[in-house]
Amino acid sequence: MSANPHILELRTSPHVHGPNSVQTIMSNVMFALLPIAAFAVFLFGISALALICTTTTVCVVTESLVCKLSKKESTLGDYSAAITGLLLALTLPPGMPLWMAAVGSVVSVCVGKALFGGLGQNAFNPVLVGLAFIHAAFPIEVSSWTLPLAEGRFTSFMGTTLTVPFLSPAAFDGITGATPLALQKFEHVTTGLGELFLGTTAGCTGETSDALILLCGAYLIARKFINWRIPASTLGSAFLTSLVFYAADPEKYPSPFFTLFAGGLILGAIFLASDMVTSPVTPLGMWVYGGLIGFLTVIIRLFSGQLEGVMYAILLGNAVSPIIDSLTQPRIFGARRAKAKL
Amino acid sequence: MPAGLLHIAKTFARGIRPPAHKESTRALPIRRLPFAPELVVPLQQHTGSPSVPCVKVGQEVVRGEPIAKANGFMSVPMHAPVTGVVASIELRPTSRGEMQPAIVIHTYMGASQEVLYSAPQDVDAMTPNELVAAVRETGVVGLGGAAFPTHVKLVVPEGRRIDTVLVNGCECEPYLTTDHRVMLECADDIHAGIQIVQKAVGATRAIIATEDNKLDAVKSLNESRKKASTTVISVLKPQYPQGAEKLLIKALLDREVPSGGSPADVGVAVLNVATLAQLGEILPRRQGLIERVITITGPGVEHPGNYMVALGTPLSFALKHAGLKPDAVQVIFGGPMTGHSVADLDIPITKGITGILVLTGAETAKRPTKIYPCIKCGYCIDACPIQLNPSRLGVLAQRGLYEAMESEFYLNDCFECGCCTYVCPSHIPLVQEFRIAKAMNRQRKTAQ
Repeated sequence: MSANPHILELRTSPHVHGPNSVQTIMSNVMFALLPIAAFAVFLFGISALALICTTTTVCVVTESLVCKLSKKESTLGDYSAAITGLLLALTLPPGMPLWMAAVGSVVSVCVGKALFGGLGQNAFNPVLVGLAFIHAAFPIEVSSWTLPLAEGRFTSFMGTTLTVPFLSPAAFDGITGATPLALQKFEHVTTGLGELFLGTTAGCTGETSDALILLCGAYLIARKFINWRIPASTLGSAFLTSLVFYAADPEKYPSPFFTLFAGGLILGAIFLASDMVTSPVTPLGMWVYGGLIGFLTVIIRLFSGQLEGVMYAILLGNAVSPIIDSLTQPRIFGARRAKAKL
Repeated sequence: MPAGLLHIAKTFARGIRPPAHKESTRALPIRRLPFAPELVVPLQQHTGSPSVPCVKVGQEVVRGEPIAKANGFMSVPMHAPVTGVVASIELRPTSRGEMQPAIVIHTYMGASQEVLYSAPQDVDAMTPNELVAAVRETGVVGLGGAAFPTHVKLVVPEGRRIDTVLVNGCECEPYLTTDHRVMLECADDIHAGIQIVQKAVGATRAIIATEDNKLDAVKSLNESRKKASTTVISVLKPQYPQGAEKLLIKALLDREVPSGGSPADVGVAVLNVATLAQLGEILPRRQGLIERVITITGPGVEHPGNYMVALGTPLSFALKHAGLKPDAVQVIFGGPMTGHSVADLDIPITKGITGILVLTGAETAKRPTKIYPCIKCGYCIDACPIQLNPSRLGVLAQRGLYEAMESEFYLNDCFECGCCTYVCPSHIPLVQEFRIAKAMNRQRKTAQ
């Protein structure tokens, strides 16, 4: 039987592969962001649409230029640049001058990701690297808010959106509104939970509607594209930390429910903290990491000059996640105890 | 069914649930494959030292006659799988990948193929030591794939007591249905085998473990159970790699075999159902292991089925009978999760081969080819049944830090089930890299 017409394929097991791929994970995260983006456009009009389009396009173009310059195969197929762009827009104020958002997008992709060696190598969430840059470079513009559902939002841009590149906006709109976090901190006016939950408040482009974000997050968790432990521990820890302060002095400190539903905590917990690359991989590590982020968010909100603490809390969480990973190695089957090694 | 004797258990934590693909052969009864004109019996079909031939070239042999003797304790004898003449004793390609000494027998095509070597013995009258010796004489090894000499498992280590015989009928590998059919069709032999093993190790109870996708086999095993029998049949949720003995012990008895240890350390002896069926059938007749059941399946064969095959049958002969399709591109010994592709269709079917899976280009083309960087999703950590950190091991492997993989991340505990590679969304060949790392470490140690 030596006459063998078959050319045999030789490889080692396993010979079958599961359905998951980087593209399925990333494209699903992107699809889960689209309803949030659509709702943002409904709330804030064409300015939000222009912002989303700008950051996404600039991120994608930057990524492809980086690939060309470094003579590597294009990595646009992994969707990570598009997600970075989308998320960056959702974490900026809707009236952000487009040129500033574009600069932030370039920083996100170049400094946040490419400098580290591309997808999988970055220590910090690229979105937050770009956002932190914008906070440092354009502090006034990034904390100027617009009220939602304004008249004429679908026909004209906000005054700040089309600022000439390299200039600051001449004047801010008359319709500028304070966010629920600012109202609470400076004027002790607490926004109703219903309003917070539905999202008809001032705030970052995509952070306002907690209901929608939770719904999209539930989809991703159900399909295991984000690990449930991270949002659960982040939100749980923020709730508990806030509860401690609220119990001590309900007059001075916001209620734990307000802490959960105001600002960008839910968006951050579901879409930013849970970024696979920059969060721990061990189950225990995820709890520690989320717990740290929730705690820091509340501390920054209550005791610093900043209104919002989610961004810095997650960046700090990113910074320690390799250490958390090393210290939380699981006990392997049949071993007495785990080896924790730095 | 008698209460208390049928028991529904859960499963172990982690692992995966790949598509089972068992529907094409699960309902097909075991059929005997004809005898090939030439059979090749490699002297090492088991874990341990190779057997020593006790026949000469040109000698006529009768089916069932001993043709090789065990060489040391970790070795078993071989028996003639067919009536014929010893044509040569020479190096032949084998499933292990290298040329190995083998006894080549030319079949007498007109012979009746009756097994004449039979001298019944009374199992009930034998002592445990006599039983171990008798098991060794049958040449039976683990038929679930490991091919570990069965008599070695039956010797209880000094200072240990074995209270439970665990009969492994999980068959968690996709495509394979041999254990299923054996449980369904040879239930009496399995119960007889259990009695032999239980007596040899001094165990007070036996548990047959299977998955809830083989309920017809459970029914058959239950019906043929003797009234006095205390054997429990345990039905688990399907999960891969449930058939791995350490995980099965954990799932059923909640005992954890220590890292680097064996089931005997926690008082358990684990044997495959096919092994016990063979023991129960041939040991009372004092015969040798000369055939086994394999599943020949996959989209690349015309007539998938469960076949009784004489050991030493060339793969090409078996595939000719099962109808190899022209577009077949990969032939795998075993299942798709742990089986290995064969390079040569002339190699013989040996004791440790559970099935032949033939894939066509349509399946192999579905495999992902592009490898992405690790995105630290942690899927591999959630899938690893023994809680290794394949993600970190993979990073170390890529940097060539093989020693650290072993000393700090338990590389040697990995039993290569392949779950990590199966779930990896970046398509990193993790378990493949771990095999290379283990081989490099072995090489380094022998060089020292």
